[in-house]
Amino acid sequence: MLPKEYRTINNLSGPLMMVEKVTDVRYDELVEIELSSGEKRRGRVLEVTSDMALVQVFEGTTGIDVKTTKATFLGKVLTLPVSRDILGRAFNGRGDPIDGGVPILPEKRLDVNGYPMNPYSRDYPSEFIQTGISTIDGMNPLVRGQKLPVFSGSGMPHNNIAAQIARQSTVLSGQETFAVVFAAMGITFEEASFFMEDFRRTGAIERTVMFLNLADDPAIERIMTPRLALTCAEYLAFDLDMHVLVILTDMTNYCEALREISAARKEVPGRRGYPGYLYTDLATMYERAGRLKGKSGSITQIPILSMPEDDKTHPIPDLTGYITEGQIILSRSLHRKGIYPPVDVLPSLSRLKDKGIGAGKTREDHADLLNQLFAAYARGKEAKELATILGEGALTEEDKAFAAFSDAFEDKYVRQGEYENRSIEETLDLGWELLTLIPTRELKRVRDAYIEKYLKPKIKQDNEGEVKEAVAQNA
Amino acid sequence: MANIVGVISRISGPLVVASGMSGTSMYEVVRVGELGLVGEVIELKGDTASIQVYEETSGLKPGEPVVATGAPLSIELGPGLIEQIYDGIQRPLNIIESETQSPYIPRGITLPALDREKKWDFEPRVKAGEDVEPGAILGVIRETVLVEHRVILPPGISGKVKDIKSGTFTVEDVITVIEGDDCAHEVRMLQRWPVRQPRPVARRLPPVVPLLTGQRVIDTFFPIARGGTACVPGPFGSGKTVIQHQLAKWADAEIVVYIGCGERGNEMTDVLLEFPELEDPRTGEPLMKRTILIANTSNMPVAAREASVYTGITLAEYYRDMGYSVALMADSTSRWAEALREISGRLEEMPGEEGYPAYLGTRLASFYERAGRAICLGKDQREGSITVIGAVSPPGGDLSEPVSQNTLRVTKAFWGLDANLAYQRHFPAINWLDSYSLYVDRLGEYWDERYDGEWSTLRTEAMSILEDEDRLREIVRLVGIDALSKEERLLLETAKSLREDFLHQNAFHEIDTYASMDKQFRMLRNILTFHHVATEALKRGAQLKDVTELEVRDKITRMRYIDEKELETLDALEEEIKAQVGQLVPAEDDIYVA
Repeated sequence: MLPKEYRTINNLSGPLMMVEKVTDVRYDELVEIELSSGEKRRGRVLEVTSDMALVQVFEGTTGIDVKTTKATFLGKVLTLPVSRDILGRAFNGRGDPIDGGVPILPEKRLDVNGYPMNPYSRDYPSEFIQTGISTIDGMNPLVRGQKLPVFSGSGMPHNNIAAQIARQSTVLSGQETFAVVFAAMGITFEEASFFMEDFRRTGAIERTVMFLNLADDPAIERIMTPRLALTCAEYLAFDLDMHVLVILTDMTNYCEALREISAARKEVPGRRGYPGYLYTDLATMYERAGRLKGKSGSITQIPILSMPEDDKTHPIPDLTGYITEGQIILSRSLHRKGIYPPVDVLPSLSRLKDKGIGAGKTREDHADLLNQLFAAYARGKEAKELATILGEGALTEEDKAFAAFSDAFEDKYVRQGEYENRSIEETLDLGWELLTLIPTRELKRVRDAYIEKYLKPKIKQDNEGEVKEAVAQNA
Repeated sequence: MANIVGVISRISGPLVVASGMSGTSMYEVVRVGELGLVGEVIELKGDTASIQVYEETSGLKPGEPVVATGAPLSIELGPGLIEQIYDGIQRPLNIIESETQSPYIPRGITLPALDREKKWDFEPRVKAGEDVEPGAILGVIRETVLVEHRVILPPGISGKVKDIKSGTFTVEDVITVIEGDDCAHEVRMLQRWPVRQPRPVARRLPPVVPLLTGQRVIDTFFPIARGGTACVPGPFGSGKTVIQHQLAKWADAEIVVYIGCGERGNEMTDVLLEFPELEDPRTGEPLMKRTILIANTSNMPVAAREASVYTGITLAEYYRDMGYSVALMADSTSRWAEALREISGRLEEMPGEEGYPAYLGTRLASFYERAGRAICLGKDQREGSITVIGAVSPPGGDLSEPVSQNTLRVTKAFWGLDANLAYQRHFPAINWLDSYSLYVDRLGEYWDERYDGEWSTLRTEAMSILEDEDRLREIVRLVGIDALSKEERLLLETAKSLREDFLHQNAFHEIDTYASMDKQFRMLRNILTFHHVATEALKRGAQLKDVTELEVRDKITRMRYIDEKELETLDALEEEIKAQVGQLVPAEDDIYVA
């Protein structure tokens, strides 16, 4: 049966279009819209009653009229054609190729909404990923199958960090097939080309799939972009047994698009005008990360979001933090000091770290060392705060040592070059080296055996002098 | 009777409106569309019904049929519930996986919650000819090594036992026939109960017995009673889930129901992998042998999330009725409230605060009210209890939002999590100044009887030291440490010791993860004994530096790692504290040795 064409468009408002006198329309079905100019657009059914369908138009409603525009209901949900050839390709936010190549000859077509993973079928993520960045590997280790967002703000080098992670990520256990899926939502051409350039230069482009919805592309398309990317990632991970790193940037733009639709539908808003179902909506994407029992592939997600006004309690970072397994928070004050990557170690967290570190995974002393560095840095920062109020003189000898430690920690441990790839051994050793600045009896979080084994040799030799690379330049 | 069949007229996300539904009742379960998706009637207007659908509605179209089932949303009760993992409407997730051979959850799947094939050894406890009343224990089954399943006569049936069998049966076999006044009832192990209706009890009792959790900050400072309610609000990253997991592991309840409501999938996997490995400290058996899991993760359909807390509490009530003490953890009730909000929004109801429906408070209250200690139905007057611990995830950590506020109104213990403590890696990050427990007085009596009246005194003193610390730290922040007297500086040291050596507890350390009350009490007594004798020594001229650098303080910091079997070393430590501090007093006569 040929799908029916309707010319009964009645109401247009924002990204939404109402079609009347329809029959046999399914909820969530894909719609093709033909303008009088012959231009074709696509949309999705948001709500349907026995004679009316509410359609969300991906490319926006500009130019659609109620007289001549035709709507055809295609009888299927939005799918992504996939095959092994998808690697190395670039698509727009709707899933059409934009790299000049031929369309994908589909091996199969996958529903972009996916299905919820059965919690019983999941496998717990426990394989350490070495990103080569000390603040992540040493302090907030990332494991395969984790979803770890980067909370950033405008003007901070989150893109550089994401690109560095994509470039340097390896698993210690050996060579396995690795792929990157990159979804851009509403970022500028400049930012997108930074990633493309970087992937091309490092050769990563061969094992990368890109879905690009740029700032001047229709905002509503952004709703679909991450779903396409994750569908592609699921195919690569669970059909082709690859380890997939998914970078989603910038989630804030995605949420704004969602708000736009919600407002157009006149829904009762939750906080700050975002729809009440923002949590559920974000969860249906973030929860698509993970590992499955009996499958060797995995999906690791690094969503990037810029916090409006650097406010962590804004609904987008807040709800994201409730769903994801930790967060990497960037600090503007470190960035101002010229420290790259400006990772704010104290509020950053990786929830899955305990399962990914230790003997046989990274090194036996990792957990103790991490806790000790953390505690020492926190105490050092506190001491420095006290010093600004009461003056250096008010500090005890110990506090002075901790204050000095926290400065050195920021300067040597946090700071590293954009192309500096530190192995986990280097990161851990660097940590011990910095601990020499503190009286040994103050190191209460590490076992005595580790102090003997790792700290004592450091105290004898002089600091080797860290290789400091140029500070990351950023706009 | 033919089932009522209506027709879909509108679809909007999880909400479906159907016409031709007259004759259905509120909260009746319906099958929606050709796929037969499970849904529940939540509004009736004339002959149109609004239905919340527990599965993804994508692909449905107006005109498809809606079939009423004639029954409200009910769950299956019987042996085989323990060790299971269910979704929000009691579909067994492990069976779904083996049936579908897929790691994803398909739609329209119906599977019985209880295994129909499995045979259980039924041992009768009543004889033919005996008069039985609702709640009577008809017989018992060994469900797991930890749980004896008591088959009870369901509410509403009474009479004379006509025939009772003994042997192995499936859950659907008739095990006994009860001769009632007007008819005979066949009773099976498998029973059903509508989830939104609380199961009856004979009499409710006030909660006076502590539920031990092995967590020092909870048991000693903000205890919870069996049959009590507690809420754990906190921003993300403050360790709500770790606390819930710790309670599920170590609480001395006989049955644990853990509801993962709209939270992370990996957290449920963690429980699934870890609980079979962990040993119950009291019985030495795997913790999974007393645990039921309900997993409705955040990406699973939102309406089923709404149902999941009711499914969980009904399971808890079923085991309470057998005379068990049940602990129920709901992580997180905020997600449940959000599901209510989403459905309410789609029904176009007038919103209350922040878009939540106006009945949010009532719903929360009636959920928490299903907790409690009670005398169960039945002649033997057995006692059961349900303790409910609900996590709340306030947006931005701001407790002024409606879910937190409504929860605080009905729960009696409040464990407020503090992001700053979490940043300092002080776990559990329960803020000792903000949190409270209204069970302290009653449970204080309970513990005072066991610890010679010392318990309440120690607790009160420790609390006041922590409060004084807060005040003194403010002074230090303004004018520096030099402004304090040496007694005050000692108090700061003691408070630090309370925080770091007592309140802080490492969930990932094999010994520190659980502390019995005997251990907690001795640890607290040692810290305070040190404070007393040190204060006294300072008064008699000892130097603060000498006091704080005593070797015995090192031992105080290591108390937490002392095995439960070697608690006498803690008593020895108390003597050592007195002796060591005593030596610092410059005077000749040493009162502490005498």
